[in-house]
Formats: sequence, C-alpha cells, structure tokens
Amino acid sequence: MTKYQIRDTFKQLDMDGNKAFIAYLMAGDGSLDQLLNQIQILEDSGVDLIEIGVPFSDPAADGPVIQDAGLRALEKNISLNDILNKLSEIKDEIHIPYVLMTYYNPIFKYGLEAFKEVAVAAGVSGLIVPDLPLDEEAELKSALVDSDLAIIRLVTLTTSDERLKKIVSEAEGFIYAVAVNGITGKRVGYSQEVYDYLERIKKYATIPVCSGFGISNKENAKALGGYCDGVIVGSKIVELLHNGKTEEIKNLIPEKYISSVN
Amino acid sequence: MNEAIKEIKGKFGQFGGAYVAESLVATLEELEAAYEKAKQDPDFQKEFDYLMKEYVGRENPLYYAERLTEKLGGAKIYLKREDLNHTGAHKINNAIGQGLLTKYMGKTKVIAETGAGQHGVATATIAALLGLECKVFMGAKDAARQELNVFRMELLGAEVIKVEQGTKTLKDAVNEAMRYWVQHMEDTHYVIGSALGPHPFPEIVRDFQSIISKEAREQILEKEGRLPNKVIACIGGGSNAIGMFTNFIEDEVVEIIGVEAAGKGIDTDETAAAINKGSVGIAHGAKMHMLQDDNGQLLGTHSISAGLDYPGIGPEHSYLHEIGRAKYEYANDKEALAAFQELSRTEGIIPALESSHALAYVIRVAPTLAKDEIIVVNLSGRGDKDVQLVKDALEGMNKND
Repeated sequence: MTKYQIRDTFKQLDMDGNKAFIAYLMAGDGSLDQLLNQIQILEDSGVDLIEIGVPFSDPAADGPVIQDAGLRALEKNISLNDILNKLSEIKDEIHIPYVLMTYYNPIFKYGLEAFKEVAVAAGVSGLIVPDLPLDEEAELKSALVDSDLAIIRLVTLTTSDERLKKIVSEAEGFIYAVAVNGITGKRVGYSQEVYDYLERIKKYATIPVCSGFGISNKENAKALGGYCDGVIVGSKIVELLHNGKTEEIKNLIPEKYISSVN
Repeated sequence: MNEAIKEIKGKFGQFGGAYVAESLVATLEELEAAYEKAKQDPDFQKEFDYLMKEYVGRENPLYYAERLTEKLGGAKIYLKREDLNHTGAHKINNAIGQGLLTKYMGKTKVIAETGAGQHGVATATIAALLGLECKVFMGAKDAARQELNVFRMELLGAEVIKVEQGTKTLKDAVNEAMRYWVQHMEDTHYVIGSALGPHPFPEIVRDFQSIISKEAREQILEKEGRLPNKVIACIGGGSNAIGMFTNFIEDEVVEIIGVEAAGKGIDTDETAAAINKGSVGIAHGAKMHMLQDDNGQLLGTHSISAGLDYPGIGPEHSYLHEIGRAKYEYANDKEALAAFQELSRTEGIIPALESSHALAYVIRVAPTLAKDEIIVVNLSGRGDKDVQLVKDALEGMNKND
C-alpha cells in the first residue's frame, strides 16, 4: 500500500458520507504471530485505517495503557525490524491502509534510508512520529522524499494559528488533531473549546483531519467525529485486545456512528 | 561567548534540538521567551546573584589540595569546592535559577526528576525558599538507595513520587516528569536538573551552572597567574561538567576532560558511559550520545553513583566530543571507591561518589604529569549521602577477596 491508499480511503468514506475510524494497536503485544489476527479483528469490526505501534523503551508521550503494552512487547524483544518483516509477510492479507506510530529513535537507529525501503516493501502507508515536531522533521522528510510514505503531522490545542498554518501546509495523509492536552489515554472532557479547535484546523487543512487521544466509547467518537473527518482510538482498543474482549471493539465504532453522521 | 559554538538556535552542531510532542512546543517556546527576557533583566540577575552569595554561600573556594598533590607526585591539583554549597552540591545553582524563572513566568508549582536525590533536594529546597509547590519524581530503585534524601525532600515540604516504570531509575523519572508536565503546564515549571532535555533546557542549565567556571577561572588566575593545563569534571547528564567547562572553552590551551562512569568496567555491559560506549540517538527531547541497543532501545545502566546512572549525556557534551574540544574518559566503580577513600584520608574531604569519578581520573593521570602543570577538578558534591553505600560496598569487596 502507499500513501495514496490513505487518500483513496478517505475519498471513499467522504463519498459515502462516512467518517473514518482509526484504531491503534501495539505490535508484539500478545505476540507478533498474532498481528495478522489482531489486524483482521479490527478490519472485521469496521476499522478503516490502522496505526501500528512500535514499542519503545522511553515512551514519553504515552499513557499507562499503551506504556504497559509496549513493555509487554519489549519483554518479547520485539523490534522495528521484526515488525517490518512480519508486515512484509502478511501485507497481502490486509485490506485497509496501515501506518506506523513510532518514536523517532527506532527509525533513526535503523537508518532512515534503509527504513524507507523496507517500510515501503512492507506495505506501510505512513508514519506518525510523536516526538518529531515540525521543527525537527527536515531530516526525516528529506530521507522520505519521493517515497510512498506519508509523514502524518500532529497538532494540539496549544498549537498557535501561525504554527498550525505551517503544519497543515505540505501535510500528508491526514492531520492528527490531539483533542486533549496531555498524554494518551486521559481525557478532560469534550467541550466547546475542543470543537472550536477542530473547526479551526478544518478551516486551514486541505487534507482530512482526524482526532484522537482519550476516546473510550461510541459517544465520544460520535461527538468528535461531527467536527472532523475521522476519529482515532488507541488505549481502549489496546485494552480490549489485551483482555481478549475483541467482541466489544465493534461497539466502539459501527452503524450508529456511521449512519448518524451527516 | 557560548554563542560561538552554537550554530543553529537550539542546536549544538547536529545535537540537541527539541524532539518533543507537539503539545510541549508552546510551553518550551514560552520558556525560551521568558528566559531570554530574564537574561536581559538586571533585576533577575541581581536576585540570582544575591541568592548565590547569601543563600548558597558563593563564591566557594578553589582549594589547593596540597597533600594529595604531594602524594601523587605530579601536577598541582585544585578542587573547586561545589561540595561546600548549601545542600552540598552544584545542583543548587541551577535550581535557584530555574526557581526564579518559575516565578518570573508567574507559575506557582515546580516538578523535578532526581537520580541520586541531589537535584530533588535542591529543587525542594528552592521551592521552600521561594514558596513554590513541589513534586519530585524519583526512580523507585534510586529512592531505595537514597532513602535519606527522600526523607530530606519530604522534610522540605516536597512530595516524592516513586516511579515504578521501566528500570526504575533516573531515565524513567525523566519520562514520568515529562508526562506530568504535559498535563500541568499552565501553572507548573519543570526544573530539569541536568544539561539535558529539549531546547532551551540544556542552555538554561549551562548558563546557571557556568558560575562554577566563572569563579574557578578567576580564582586560578589570581592564585597561579595562569590558566590550568587541565579542567576535569565527572559526567552523567553533564551539568556540573558543562558548568566547569563553559568559561574555559575558548581558552584553547586548557585541556577539557569529562569523566564518565564505567560502572563494573568499560568492557562490561554494566556501565553508564554514554560517549565511550554509546552511539548517537534521540531520546528525552534531544539528539545526543546514549547507550542503546541495535534496535534503538535505551539500555539499562549501572554505576555505583546514582547521579551518573543515566544512559544519555547532555547534547553540548556530544558536540564538544564531536569537534574534539573536550575529551571524555571514564572511571569504574572500584576506582571511584578508591578515590572516595583517598580524598577522605588525604585531605579530610569526603567527596560525593559522582565527584569521585573525576578524582579517580585525576589520581590516574596526575603522577604522569610534570610538577608545574595545573589541574582544576570540580568537586561537584559532598559524600555524606554515600557513606552507608560505600561502607556496604567495601564490606562486600572484602568478603569477595
């Protein structure tokens, strides 16, 4: 798959009057042999795009649920290379686009050029690097130029208008709008401030805007989805996958959310 | 003068930067702007100078260690007595600076991470002094080996949060403090204790600590009428070292040496020697040398001294290493223990185990140098906090013998 896959997915959703539902999972939580099964569960539940988390020893931007998932994966010595190898093996059995969510160091250490080749071959459509703000992006961007990997940029409530304009220009894939101030998995509550914020981003963005951080039920997803092009759910899905409550995943998403939009 | 070695804002060559979540960017920009303003504000500087003198007890001596010099039979050894500061280490210099900056920004709370507990104690101290609320994040393992410092912080009115994640040491405390900060930045300043982390922290910490070399340079010129041949400091994150180096960097005749912790031996996997054993990577907000595996995961570290037990090194040190301006050596646990005892017996000064690494290197090289050479070494902290640990370690060694 390529970054055009992300574009096509959003285009199709838009034509159908739907919003995207993006799910996060931590690769290697459980075991890497379960990755395909986990992805298929998400696909079958109605997920449109998957973020595949790469475990990191120092996950400063993650909340407790994802931290623990990362530690479980690290205990099994799961590396970026293992994940890319596994994805190469199973890519033909995955029918929705997937992106990697990784801290910068694992890909930096891998070698940006080498990473580009292998990730493209593994069918990865894009990258979310939570500790690589716009100001530090140049190195990665120049390595990935002309590749099929989208660098998906994040914006937050504290991002100024001036900075927001810079971030959305030349942005690829979709804009990841962090909906709460803080780390993943904790939510202060949706308020007019959050909706105004999403509308502010929508005003400048020329690509889809998806919002995440802190969504743990269908109501959150619906509420937030009304103001953007899709929602991202991380901690809750990681928790359900870990506890084997995979049946409940579809309750976070489906018909009601999709049909009620518009 | 330091602008000369800074090519791009926030960078030291390729090192440093601000590799942080987007949610932190605005806060770091606010901090940078406030700091730039404070730097130009004579009242801010005046208050800093006042507290350095009246509260910390500066300037502290540059002491000629005559008996140690004679015993080693080589270069003349001078000790910069940061151990004589209020709270017993160099950490207070930075803590006061950042405490004042917190008030300057109109914030009322501070958080800090701590390894050995020195920076935690320093931050708890200035929080009491300046009327700020204080939380200190400390790896649970560090907290266990520095129990007294935990109590000390609590006595000073701080809340100590023991971090159970990961390896339960300094790096985990850094991550946890960072997470907390992201959620509480409106009223809270994060007092980073070493010359580490995202821009502008390495610069801020360096500037507040550079008082060490400002004094030492004047003192040695006064005492000897010339610059030293070598300036030496121990290195974990590198705040006492950058403070000791800064005002000597442009003196090309002065050799600058940082001493890393080699733990159980530089050839073992149990060290904390980021430059000697590590490679370039990105973590904790900056590009720097760090101990990591082939997959880019930070490695667990070991040093007998909790204050040096950290997998990275301040980005300016990475740069000084890369351009060859500073040299980074190492000393292991045993050498540090020997130096700890040597200084205690020869000079009646019990050094911190951190500082003992710098002394261990001095003890190694001084005998090989001519008697007219001069070494200035930073005695970054006092060793009272380490006495129990040293006792246990020595008893353990005797048993093994």
